[in-house]
Amino acid sequence: MSVPAEKKEKISVPFDYNKYLRPGKLPHIWCPGCGHGIVLKAMLRAIDKLGIDKDNVCVVSGIGCSSRTPGYVDFNTLHTLHGRALSFATGIKLARPDMKVIVVTGDGDALAIGGNHFIHTCRRNIDITALVFTNAIYGMTGGQYSPTTPLESIATTSRYGNIEPPFDTCEMAKAAGATFVARGTAYHTLELEKTIYEALMHKGTSVVDIIDACPTYFGRMNKYKSATHMMEAMEKDGTVSVKQVDKLPPEKVAGKMLRGVLHKIDRPEYCEQYALLVQEKAQAKSK
Amino acid sequence: MAEKQKKRLMQGNEACVEGALYAGCKFYAGYPITPSTEIAEGMSVRLPKIGGKFIQMEDEIGGIAAAIGGSLAGLKSLTATSGPGFSLKQECLGYACLAEIPLVIVNVMRGGPSTGYPTGPSQADIMQAKWGTHGDHPAIAVTPAYVQEILTETVRAFNLAEKYRTPVIVLYDEIVGHMREPITIPAPGELAVVDREKVTCKPDEYFPYDERFEIPPLAPFGTGYRFHVTGLNHKKDGFPTNDSKQIGEGNMRIMRKIDNHLDEIWKNEEIGLEDAEIAVVAIGSTARSARYAVNEARSMGIKAGLLRPLTLWPFPDKAVTELSKRVKAIIVPEMNLGQMVLEVQRCSKKAEVLGVHRVDGEPINPGQIIEAIKSFK
Amino acid sequence: MGDAAKKLPRIEINPKLCKGCSICVDFCPTNVLEMRGTCVAVKDLAACTRCQLCDLRCPDFAIQVFD
Repeated sequence: MSVPAEKKEKISVPFDYNKYLRPGKLPHIWCPGCGHGIVLKAMLRAIDKLGIDKDNVCVVSGIGCSSRTPGYVDFNTLHTLHGRALSFATGIKLARPDMKVIVVTGDGDALAIGGNHFIHTCRRNIDITALVFTNAIYGMTGGQYSPTTPLESIATTSRYGNIEPPFDTCEMAKAAGATFVARGTAYHTLELEKTIYEALMHKGTSVVDIIDACPTYFGRMNKYKSATHMMEAMEKDGTVSVKQVDKLPPEKVAGKMLRGVLHKIDRPEYCEQYALLVQEKAQAKSK
Repeated sequence: MAEKQKKRLMQGNEACVEGALYAGCKFYAGYPITPSTEIAEGMSVRLPKIGGKFIQMEDEIGGIAAAIGGSLAGLKSLTATSGPGFSLKQECLGYACLAEIPLVIVNVMRGGPSTGYPTGPSQADIMQAKWGTHGDHPAIAVTPAYVQEILTETVRAFNLAEKYRTPVIVLYDEIVGHMREPITIPAPGELAVVDREKVTCKPDEYFPYDERFEIPPLAPFGTGYRFHVTGLNHKKDGFPTNDSKQIGEGNMRIMRKIDNHLDEIWKNEEIGLEDAEIAVVAIGSTARSARYAVNEARSMGIKAGLLRPLTLWPFPDKAVTELSKRVKAIIVPEMNLGQMVLEVQRCSKKAEVLGVHRVDGEPINPGQIIEAIKSFK
Repeated sequence: MGDAAKKLPRIEINPKLCKGCSICVDFCPTNVLEMRGTCVAVKDLAACTRCQLCDLRCPDFAIQVFD
């Protein structure tokens, strides 16, 4: 079916975020220019695409700036302890495998204090989607360096430059056994929406590392002029799509993070295995 | 029916599994640790048979966190541990107190501090069970002393957890945990089992921390009541607040819901206290030695008696205070360097209080207690 | 229909939610928006192509473009 030329003009149908936001909770607590709000919006659009009942969605978080996300969204929401979101979520998912369980966590929450839970969740391949909001800093406590702070960056606890090499969240998730691993940025917001949607559709542990900006702490301490400057330098110019990487000359790829779906395999999911291999065997034995 | 009443030889930790299942526990998450591991092993075999869920988590913190998740999803949940693991679980324990999530935590007490004496007994986590997590919070701990009682007290722990919407600790020492005694599994219906109060109001009228209730009912996640749970001080709708009035009121309510029901929560066993001149207050395996010692003292013509709290927290203030008005002395034997004795001293109005302690991994024997009793004669 | 009759989009800005980060202004490909104090404002509505980038990259749910 051909579309008349004039209709090819973009027709704006803005997304109705109110469908998923709890009334009266905005403005959120995040600073001006913080990328978390952009990521939250992409997450809501991705969840909307799933077309599932809000009663069957559970959003779990730990502690930190990004972990305030559940308070704004109209699902079953759980704001837990620093680093422990994935463990609380594992309990919920195992008790209610029919629920869609999403963990919203920060880089410090997921990879430092919660690092053990992170790798073991990936290993189990339990059907949880972990969205890691990576702003490379501890924002809530005032800008200390995190496990993803780049070398030599300034933070309130690395005034002379960070000497700890950062984690590559995606490489770690993949090595630990996650069956869907992707990276997105707040800048590439439509691509991020699609990536989160794919992660949510995946059966098994899915991890999306989301690069977003903390202009208040990381930006100011590391001489970024604005949130926009950070988004351009770190998210747009600091990453390269996995779809383009083979077509680009090496100098255009060097030092950049890969964006897009980086790893996707099929492996038995934990709750299904539990039902099939544990419960069935146990019940057969007791008969 | 006759078959159900048959005696079975069972270890304390196995009886804990029987008690949990009797109470309707459907979820276990934990991490292996001596001397409590038999509970995890037992639950891993039994839960899948009845449609329940068992998971061995990556660490102690993950164990209690997943158990809280299971409880929020509507299943009666259990985690079990010992000394070092109990230390690791403390932050989550406080979370369950403030967020008001029912949960049962078993701590089979071993020698400490630190890794200490993993295969030896202690009663040195008495204060940790009350004060281990930071901040003021309610605490309920039950303290069985017999294998049969581990079963019944585990059932009571679940009942208290569900009724008062709070974590409850089952606290016993390694001796009772690994002791084997013949016990009877009660028939269904023989013991009361309390289930979580059902939420029946419309979703838009539901507040998980509704201050109009002393204990607001908890709707399981995924049942149409979409609410928020946080470890921050919160309002009646579960959202965080900085309002001092609401923070104060919330903190007071979680204490009040326990303090207003002390008579229902307290449980003591009294032996020979009617005419006692010298009383012994003891829990767990030490109470077994104390019972023997009291009987021996009686045979020597000393009027001795035993007060054995089965609810250690909230502490049986009333019973101890009344006792202290009637007796000359109260002896508090415990496998630590003086924890419960501090509470007994606090509650004693008149009687002299003497602690009997040891921390060498050996039980307090009746002889030690008899010596203490005789010292007041 | 001529250009004069071309329907203009409606840009809704919520000043209570705008935190003035200027991400929308900076990334607008056709320079529709500007900062007025600490809140975004429409400068040139006719230039708007309804691309929605302002909405997509607004962290604060403060701006939306309606047809």
